[in-house]
Amino acid sequence: MSLLSVEDLRLSFGGLLAIDGLTFSVGEAEIVSVIGPNGAGKTSAFNCVTGFYRPTSGRITLRGKDLPGLRPSAIAGLGVARTFQNLRLFGELSVLDNVRAGSHLWLKQSVFDALLHTPRYRRSERECTEQAHHWLDFVGLSGDRYSEARNLPYGEQRLTEIARALARRPDLLLLDEPAAGLNHGEKAEMLDLIRRIQALGVAIVLIEHDMGLVMEVSERVVVLNFGKEIADGRPEDVRRNPAVIEAYLGSDAHA
Amino acid sequence: MTGTTKVRRVGNAKPPTRASKLLQNRWAGIAGLLIALLAPFVNASGYALSVMTSAAIFVMLAAGLNIVVGYCGLLDLGYVAFFAVGAYTSGVLSTRLDLPLLVTVPAVIVVTVIAGIIIGAPTLRLRSDYLAIVTLGFGEIIRITANNLDVTGGPSGIYGIPHLTDSPVVFYYVTVVVVSLAVLGAARLGRSRLGRAWRFVREDEDAAEAMGVHTYRVKLAAYIAGAVWGGLAGVLFAAQLSAISPTSFTFLQSALVLMAVVLGGMGSIPGVVIGAVVISILPEILRDLADYRFFIFGVLLIAVMILRPQGLWPARSKEVS
Repeated sequence: MSLLSVEDLRLSFGGLLAIDGLTFSVGEAEIVSVIGPNGAGKTSAFNCVTGFYRPTSGRITLRGKDLPGLRPSAIAGLGVARTFQNLRLFGELSVLDNVRAGSHLWLKQSVFDALLHTPRYRRSERECTEQAHHWLDFVGLSGDRYSEARNLPYGEQRLTEIARALARRPDLLLLDEPAAGLNHGEKAEMLDLIRRIQALGVAIVLIEHDMGLVMEVSERVVVLNFGKEIADGRPEDVRRNPAVIEAYLGSDAHA
Repeated sequence: MTGTTKVRRVGNAKPPTRASKLLQNRWAGIAGLLIALLAPFVNASGYALSVMTSAAIFVMLAAGLNIVVGYCGLLDLGYVAFFAVGAYTSGVLSTRLDLPLLVTVPAVIVVTVIAGIIIGAPTLRLRSDYLAIVTLGFGEIIRITANNLDVTGGPSGIYGIPHLTDSPVVFYYVTVVVVSLAVLGAARLGRSRLGRAWRFVREDEDAAEAMGVHTYRVKLAAYIAGAVWGGLAGVLFAAQLSAISPTSFTFLQSALVLMAVVLGGMGSIPGVVIGAVVISILPEILRDLADYRFFIFGVLLIAVMILRPQGLWPARSKEVS
């Protein structure tokens, strides 16, 4: 059984059909990319999976459990983590506190533990901090972890957001344009990072415009254009698909 | 490109230095407590004690509102409603049922939690400006209700609330102990899992939700905590004055508490304590200026806002536990 399954997903805002019949599935520890021109409905699809939008019709299931109608926090509770296209860090909090957010769901600590500073409180706080450092080490963040997240260079903010998502210890990670705005060297590191995340047993759905990265890392590629799914297959097949070439380059282009 | 055998690269992940930690909450708290405990040895006149007791109660209000506004970022313009609910609950129970004030405390906690849920549950679905307007409305509703009900004594309020103790000095020390515990409690909540969740909501509600924070529940928790702090401050207020009336719970009070939080530094415990002390004591210090004192008070506040827009003692991002 696949981990995530999306069947005939449709989403409309008033008269505008943002997603018009999207079907794909993601297996355990698989990397699937969703590509398509700007406005094709990629991020909208992410928002449907994570519960920020309620799909107009269609089914989304995680290990057989229906997701639409659940709060985003409940979906996160089922093991889904995400990053955002335009970075949504907690800007005024420290880098470390940002990553501590990932521990929220599995940290066992009651209000009374916090008020009385019980051993359980101290233990869980220590563990939460250690975990945050662990995931910052994992993504390779070298900067100051006690400074405000908004003061980091752009590339490090991207890494912090991924560390925060990983600290959730998800089974499924949705990355929305992780390489956008990164330089050549940083992109290479991102590619390596995505592979190392997969090696942890985490399935990844990737929205990305950098075709080099997509073709290199994905096991399957889903292509959207104007809300419609025009291809789903292995990267080398999708690359040669005439409909995909037309969507990207216009109808006169040759492969 | 980094290899697969990743070495721990900790970078400059050093916690803040000892010196900066020294300035942080613990030592500031002990210093503040010492000042409060020693103040009656400097001046123990009835007037001074009453001003200092009021200031301490005001600190508790500010610590409570700081949970809502400072930690969670919910602009509450009707916070005094909970202060009123606490004061009236203990006032009514102690005068009508002849209960000692201390016995009313559990009832006050229960009633303020309920009030927090009643006011918070519908309003917390709103964001920013709408929330501010609705809380402002609830603040007025509570006051006007107290003004019109028989059980609350109508416009003349409730008289003859029993004192906790007959000595103003002892009552001052009781107040300082209660307020210190309240401030410590608020600070500890702020450094917990729940406190971090409040800050996540303040910074970015959607991102918090995506990390598994049930934002609605977390906001309601902030509101309820604020309500309980305000209600317990209300008990102290009723015990201090032994008489309460709706005129003590006007919008001006809500605005002053909010001012203390903003002036001191939102989200910073030492900040709001200093802010509350300044806001409650400054008008008394300026008393000699007679009619000009609120004018000077206003000018001073504007000056502080211009010179230190982040507050007198702003919160640090380095919230390390």
